[in-house]
Amino acid sequence: MKSFPITVESVRKAYGSYLALDDVSLEIEAGEFLTLLGPSGSGKTTLLMAVAGFVLLDNGKILLGGRDITRLPPNKRELGIVFQNYALFPHMNVLANVEYPLALRKIPRVDARRRALDALARVKLEGFAQRDIAALSGGQRQRVALARAIVFKPRVMLMDEPLSALDKNLREAMQYEIRRLHDDLGITTIYVTHDQREALTMSDRIAVMNSGRIEQIDTPERVYHRPLTRFVAEFMGEANIVPPGSVRRIDGVDALRETLMIRAESFHLDPAFAGPDGVALEGVLRAKSFRGENWLLTLELDTRQEVLISVPATLAAGCADLAPGQRVAAFAPAAKVHAIAGAKV
Amino acid sequence: MLDAYPENRLALALLWAFSALVLAFLILPTIVVVPLSFSASDLLEFPPRAYSLRWYENFFGSATWMAALRTSITLGTLTALIAVPSALLACISMNRLGGKTAVTLQGILLTPSVTPGILLAIGLFIVLAVQHLVGTLFGVLVGHVVLAIPVACIVLLPALARFDWNQVQAARSLGASWARAIGGIIVPQLRISLLSAILMAFLTSLDESVISIFVASGQNSTLPKLMFLSLRDQIDPTIAAISTLWTAIVVIVVLFVTLRQKS
Repeated sequence: MKSFPITVESVRKAYGSYLALDDVSLEIEAGEFLTLLGPSGSGKTTLLMAVAGFVLLDNGKILLGGRDITRLPPNKRELGIVFQNYALFPHMNVLANVEYPLALRKIPRVDARRRALDALARVKLEGFAQRDIAALSGGQRQRVALARAIVFKPRVMLMDEPLSALDKNLREAMQYEIRRLHDDLGITTIYVTHDQREALTMSDRIAVMNSGRIEQIDTPERVYHRPLTRFVAEFMGEANIVPPGSVRRIDGVDALRETLMIRAESFHLDPAFAGPDGVALEGVLRAKSFRGENWLLTLELDTRQEVLISVPATLAAGCADLAPGQRVAAFAPAAKVHAIAGAKV
Repeated sequence: MLDAYPENRLALALLWAFSALVLAFLILPTIVVVPLSFSASDLLEFPPRAYSLRWYENFFGSATWMAALRTSITLGTLTALIAVPSALLACISMNRLGGKTAVTLQGILLTPSVTPGILLAIGLFIVLAVQHLVGTLFGVLVGHVVLAIPVACIVLLPALARFDWNQVQAARSLGASWARAIGGIIVPQLRISLLSAILMAFLTSLDESVISIFVASGQNSTLPKLMFLSLRDQIDPTIAAISTLWTAIVVIVVLFVTLRQKS
């Protein structure tokens, strides 16, 4: 399947006084899997629906394969969309749903039938062609929606929180399948989610959105370990924002004068793991809890700020003996300590 | 409702009796014309002393009555064909607009159903007079469509409110034009409500008399208009025969549609 790049140029959309998209620009490469990640109201769905053609923009342009599609109606854009609630047609059976886009394109019946069955096979729904939509489980409906979206060889796939209605195990299996489908077809994909783990697992790049803007767009590793803003740091997981003056280098004496982001799992209780150029902090143990694969400790620094420390269970021989109120030192390797410019604590 | 009085037999009996009385009150005026229509007498008398089918013969044998019947059925059909698609599109717009605009539009659209019929008829007469359309079938049709649109909207609005709009967006993204999305996705799923709307619009036109009396000419009298006129000129049981036939047809159609909805 041929893949197309997408360019979003200074896109703006206001609903009354509420700015849903505030001058958003974005380059998506052909064949890329890009995730728009953010809390609800961050503008991620609005941006997706603008690409789809359902949101009329106040300003800006959207290019698909170099062609301006800003004014093109949705039915002329050739995009495969998977909606959060699947939006299957309940008055048609599975096969008719998948054949629908082909029927619209006046593809001969025999050909359409073959392609629809192919698409169903791709999403592992062989034998479900004649089922009623009402007789399907959530996961099966999701697959029908996927088949219907890919069957007409769209230029781009758009997915709006497609897995949010599924239970956890199924969601993880489907994450893998959607990504595999993307890799097989090589189709440019924009995926919307508010689940950071889903975004990290599936994406080539993640655009983290907040109040109508893109805060950061980067690979999952960089968004996770090198957040540009405090918002990104905190949204991506258990991030500790440590104020200036609380942390010193292991081989030094003076406290560091920057605001630092250190993830809970970057800490160790043994300085050997952090290395000589690592950092150290000290605090009073306020709480500890065992979570199976790790121990979670809450340290209160002298500045009264709390820091979360996650120690893998395999390296936490001493954790069980620690008692609240005790002073504990924790160490993190330099590579996992990230200064956040201009961040307010 | 009756489950609320499981123990008190007297209350239950009274409730049944009361309900029966209300039903009788509602139905009797309709039923009373049935024996009248089979009367052999020249006068409307109850109970009839002898029975015959002569008033039915009179109705079906009369060119005037038959012309009025044809006019009414044509008008009802055209009214439904124009009012229901218009109402569907209007309801879709109101559903999509939402907020105050939609409420305002809805208010305007439903006005004809709460305006006194005579007022609407006079207004329509003046508007049509300016366009030289008084006395034409088209003029009456306009009036009936105006009356039927709110009726159809009342049926269609709640049905659309329950409809999942994402399906239309999905259809559009899959390549459907607006017309294809409405025709292929909305209409089939709202078919029961649309059928009710068509029936209601048809009956609204069939039943309408005031506008017909004001606007229709002698040649294109509707059935209700002719019935009023003949009541004024001469009272004979033909009216009862027509009413009986009419009631029978409406009851059959409504029962048919309701039973289809159930299944």
